[in-house]
Amino acid sequence: MISLFGRNIFPANFPSAMLPPDWPSGFWSHLIIFVVILFVFFIIMAMAFIYVERRVIARYQIRIGPNRIGPFGILQPVADTIKILIKEDIIPLNVDKLIHLLAPAVAIVPAIMIFAVIPFQNGASLVDLNIGILYIVAISSVSVVGLVMAGWSSNNKYALISVMRVIAQVVSYEIPMALAIIGVVLFAGTLSMNGIVQAQNIPYILLQPLGFLIYFLAALAEINRTPFDLLEAEGEIVAGFNIEYSGIKFALFFLAEYTEAVAISAIIATLYLGGWKGPFLPPVLWFLIKVFAVFILIIWVRSTLPRLRIDQVMGFAWKFLLPLAFINLLVTGVQIVVWPNISQWVIVGVNIVVAVASILLFSRFFRLKGDKIEA
Amino acid sequence: MKLKNFGEGIAKGMAVTMKNALRRPITTQYPEQKLNISRRTRGNQLVWDKERCIACSMCAKACPVQCIDMVTSRDQNNKLQVDKMDYDAGLCIFCGLCVEACPKTCLFLTAEYEKARYSIKDFKLKKEDILMTEKSKPSGYYSPENESKLPKQTLLIDRK
Repeated sequence: MISLFGRNIFPANFPSAMLPPDWPSGFWSHLIIFVVILFVFFIIMAMAFIYVERRVIARYQIRIGPNRIGPFGILQPVADTIKILIKEDIIPLNVDKLIHLLAPAVAIVPAIMIFAVIPFQNGASLVDLNIGILYIVAISSVSVVGLVMAGWSSNNKYALISVMRVIAQVVSYEIPMALAIIGVVLFAGTLSMNGIVQAQNIPYILLQPLGFLIYFLAALAEINRTPFDLLEAEGEIVAGFNIEYSGIKFALFFLAEYTEAVAISAIIATLYLGGWKGPFLPPVLWFLIKVFAVFILIIWVRSTLPRLRIDQVMGFAWKFLLPLAFINLLVTGVQIVVWPNISQWVIVGVNIVVAVASILLFSRFFRLKGDKIEA
Repeated sequence: MKLKNFGEGIAKGMAVTMKNALRRPITTQYPEQKLNISRRTRGNQLVWDKERCIACSMCAKACPVQCIDMVTSRDQNNKLQVDKMDYDAGLCIFCGLCVEACPKTCLFLTAEYEKARYSIKDFKLKKEDILMTEKSKPSGYYSPENESKLPKQTLLIDRK
């Protein structure tokens, strides 16, 4: 009889005694079905995002994009995956082997874990945590540990510079991001993701325009996308943290990056665009449409803006986004306390005016060294 | 207070990219679509008009890389005839000096450019390979009468 922590893990009537009494209904079937759904969802969505990004950014650059493999080039991500998986997996000589091998897993697992609390339709999530958005803020910041492990263990200057930048950047941008989320939570009165969607009679992008802007920019920095992609600034530090990675480990980093993009798009769709709510179409379809709309906005930003310098990035977080996030939080809190029963459309008007005014005001204050203004 | 630097540059840039996104892509889908090339191009192939050639070997002498190997002999009428006219397209730099040197204008460059081969041996051409055919027509290089025969065109794809 083997025991662990005082419990028999292999009882005599194995395996039927291991199953829960309400098998196959209830908790376990829900868990297994949703874990399978989430894995399929994140892999298919990451591939779809790679395809959509390449096609859409090609349109922004007056090109066509990959259109050879399969109809409309739809199998291009599959071909890329096969190509990258059959590559030789090189481990450089003087790397810290254990950390080098663990880093891709540490980077991708938190990105996948975010999907646990995202509602695909009313109540359809792996677990509807009552602290859902807090869980997301906590989990999504773990992902950077994987990048730091990769950069530190690679025994490479560029990788180390890259992760030094990304630590500073991600830690800075978490603060305005969390403050912007608090505005949504104040209006919704709940931290649960499904509760936030149910509370949105009008999408919170109208009630929280400034909060949306702050969250969107902070999220771009959080997932290291252009214009905040200092992590892998090709012109400066070759490929950044993943310079020593090849084959399947590089594929995991790539997948982690796009999984985070899917997750951020899904979070923005849930928090600000009304999640699964929408007329005529089924809720799951509405959710996917909103996710892709947010991602196309991200691609639009990527195709337009050049990469910022590291001091500009840090200045933007601390001197521009953080004060705006405080203003947003203050205004929202006052509205909740003073006008608890007023029509939401009044608050929409007031908040849009506040957003425009505070952006104009802080664009006057926000200066970098040498009297250069950046906003 | 003058309003500037509040993000209007970003908005303008976003408008520019959106305008570009609504334009037609300028990509040429190469094997199916091909760009038109200039009528006076030097191309990647030499063609030789056998009837007009007087076997003077001026082209072989003019060639800076000696890629034309011409051997001539006298026939019974004491007239020069071409026994051998080897042309090494792998060596040729397509400078067109042989075309300019030819007194009877019987050498031309063509507008063809898809001349890649797997082996360097395939570049060594005999006189039968460089004859003027329907496929390899002379381009307008150093030859105004050929140029006037070619159609006037844009340098882009002919789109329907």
